[in-house]
Amino acid sequence: MTNSKPSAKSTKKDETSMPLSTTPSSKLSTTDKVKLSLKNRHKKESRFKRTGFFAVIFGFMLVLVLIGDIGSKALPAFHQHWVKLDINYQNNWLNIDDTSEENLKKANYRTVLKKSIYHMFPTESGKKLSRKDKRQVFKLFSTNAEFTLKDYLISSPEYLNTQTSVWVRLDDDVDSYLKENFAQGEAGLRITKQQAQWLVKLSDENRIESRFNFSFFTASDSREPELAGIKGALTGTLLTMFVTLLLSFPLGVAGALYLEEFAPKNRWTDIIEININNLAAVPSIVFGLLGLAVIINLFGLPRSAPLVGGIVLTLMTLPTIIIASRAAIKAVPPSLREAALGLGASKMQVTFSHVLPQAMPGIITGGIIGVAQALGETAPLLMIGMVAFIVDVPTSIVDSATVLPVQIFLWADSPERAFLAKTSAAILVLLALLLVINVTATMLRTKFEKK
Amino acid sequence: MNNLNIEEEITETVGNIYAENAKMSIRSADVFYGDKQAIHNVSLDLAKNQVTALIGPSGCGKSTFLRCLNRMNDTIDICRVTGQLMLDGEDIYAKDLDPVLLRARVGMVFQKPNPFPKSIYDNVAYGARIHGLTNNKAELDEIVETSLQKAGLFNEVKDRLNDPGTGLSGGQQQRLCIARTIAVSPEVILMDEPASALDPIATAIIEELIDELKEKYTIAIVTHSMQQAARVSQHTAYFHLGKLVEMGKTEDIFTRPSHKLTENYITGRFG
Repeated sequence: MTNSKPSAKSTKKDETSMPLSTTPSSKLSTTDKVKLSLKNRHKKESRFKRTGFFAVIFGFMLVLVLIGDIGSKALPAFHQHWVKLDINYQNNWLNIDDTSEENLKKANYRTVLKKSIYHMFPTESGKKLSRKDKRQVFKLFSTNAEFTLKDYLISSPEYLNTQTSVWVRLDDDVDSYLKENFAQGEAGLRITKQQAQWLVKLSDENRIESRFNFSFFTASDSREPELAGIKGALTGTLLTMFVTLLLSFPLGVAGALYLEEFAPKNRWTDIIEININNLAAVPSIVFGLLGLAVIINLFGLPRSAPLVGGIVLTLMTLPTIIIASRAAIKAVPPSLREAALGLGASKMQVTFSHVLPQAMPGIITGGIIGVAQALGETAPLLMIGMVAFIVDVPTSIVDSATVLPVQIFLWADSPERAFLAKTSAAILVLLALLLVINVTATMLRTKFEKK
Repeated sequence: MNNLNIEEEITETVGNIYAENAKMSIRSADVFYGDKQAIHNVSLDLAKNQVTALIGPSGCGKSTFLRCLNRMNDTIDICRVTGQLMLDGEDIYAKDLDPVLLRARVGMVFQKPNPFPKSIYDNVAYGARIHGLTNNKAELDEIVETSLQKAGLFNEVKDRLNDPGTGLSGGQQQRLCIARTIAVSPEVILMDEPASALDPIATAIIEELIDELKEKYTIAIVTHSMQQAARVSQHTAYFHLGKLVEMGKTEDIFTRPSHKLTENYITGRFG
């Protein structure tokens, strides 16, 4: 009886666990078998390593292509053609008597501009330009040119009744034409043959110059592409992000700390947790509707304001920050909490002097992901009116404003060709802003990690 | 040897649970985790200025019991403690007793050294700071220095008090944790296997330290090492499956244990 039992067991074992060197069916030793399988295992590993490496390279290439494409399209937006005009500030054209400030402000610069231009382009026969030609030659220059003349005369009134050279912007169509094919006298997109020949003349006289486009960074939006800049949208974005960060970070961290450290673990906190997770998946436009219905219509906050935009984006980023912060807080080793509790620290002291500093790097990462998300958000802002055409740079969080992504959307939608480059340039600025935020976050992270 | 038969016989603790000069006295303590009972009807005294060792096989509840003595189990939601647990005749589970105050009087040193990720100085000064023991920088320096000296660490770290505590060796970290506990001037120190993660030399230093500390503090130590219990303690309590099997003077327990289970454990026949 004692013999039969173990033997039955051992035969069963042999059937189930064959691949051991003790089984008589195989003559190979363990070392040989391991060696055999080792080859295969190494092959698998190197295959995986190759795949991973190519995945990284592929992703990197995509980013390169993206940046390269946007960058090359954006380049034209950073420079702009100016033209030197011989302007004759005659007082009868200006319709003023003296150089008092009041007169200089209301003087008729358009006539001065027109007459000076017509004077510069005599017809071959020496006759006066036809009406049609006049209109065409005037269209070569930016509508802003008369204001350039005005500023020039106000800053140096001694030029009244004299002829002087003034640099003005060319029209955006001319600018785009010159950027693509330098003045050769051929007709181009929205440029007639006649206009092209005038440009050749101007360029031969060395009157055309390409300059860095400072106004792209110092001006706000404009209907005229050659005047449009991103300062308004950039300021709007910074103000909105300021409000978002100010609201979402403390609220998110406080919420996460409460849920992790203080709240009892029961059905209610489970429901809250599920809801927070669901909130993170709500389409952002829904938050925009909420902002419109509640924040603007019910509470009566101003439309198009960074304050409202910030509140709406806070609603959107809060779940992200709470989820990331909770994960970071959970990762703080319990031994640290026990050490502080064992010394008689209160829960509050444990939380703020031990848990929070340890969780800070993770919380910052979560916060940055949330803010980066908010930075690129367009949909909810459309609902609360931040999509408006706004020429003034906002100075406070209740001024009308727009933000970079919305500005990009608006420009991309504009028919003028020159806005194509502006759109790409604005995207570059947005990406640069994102980079600045990420670098700041990384620096903050390392600072907290060192502690 | 069949342990199962003997286990059924654990009805009452053998030996002497009473101390002449008891700092803490526990009567009929039961501890539950949810529905599961982890400690069954344990009664014992911790003698003042003496070391009491709690020994027993893994999972016997000695750590759970130790953590009840300064209400560290409060952090576990499902944990419930009943019975009478007294510190100087005061019920430590009384409703109006603040666990923060209790933990200032009953300090704890954990199995794994767990210094704060702060400087050595801040580690030791932390307890004094949060309890507002002093507002004076010079006094705080004094507290830090004497605590480190009592823990036998001062000479090793006096030149680098601002270095992070986590940069010390395991043994030094554990002594730092002891210094941190002493700095609050508790009356009782609970030690949960303080030397289990340390090498023999560091262990010897800690044991010496425990011997010195008992002059000022009442100490309860959980240990897996019978030799350690024999070396450092005056009283030994043997736990088995959540019950206190035997308690008595250390030399009695180790030379002539009364209960068969105790004998089996200390002679190494099981455990």
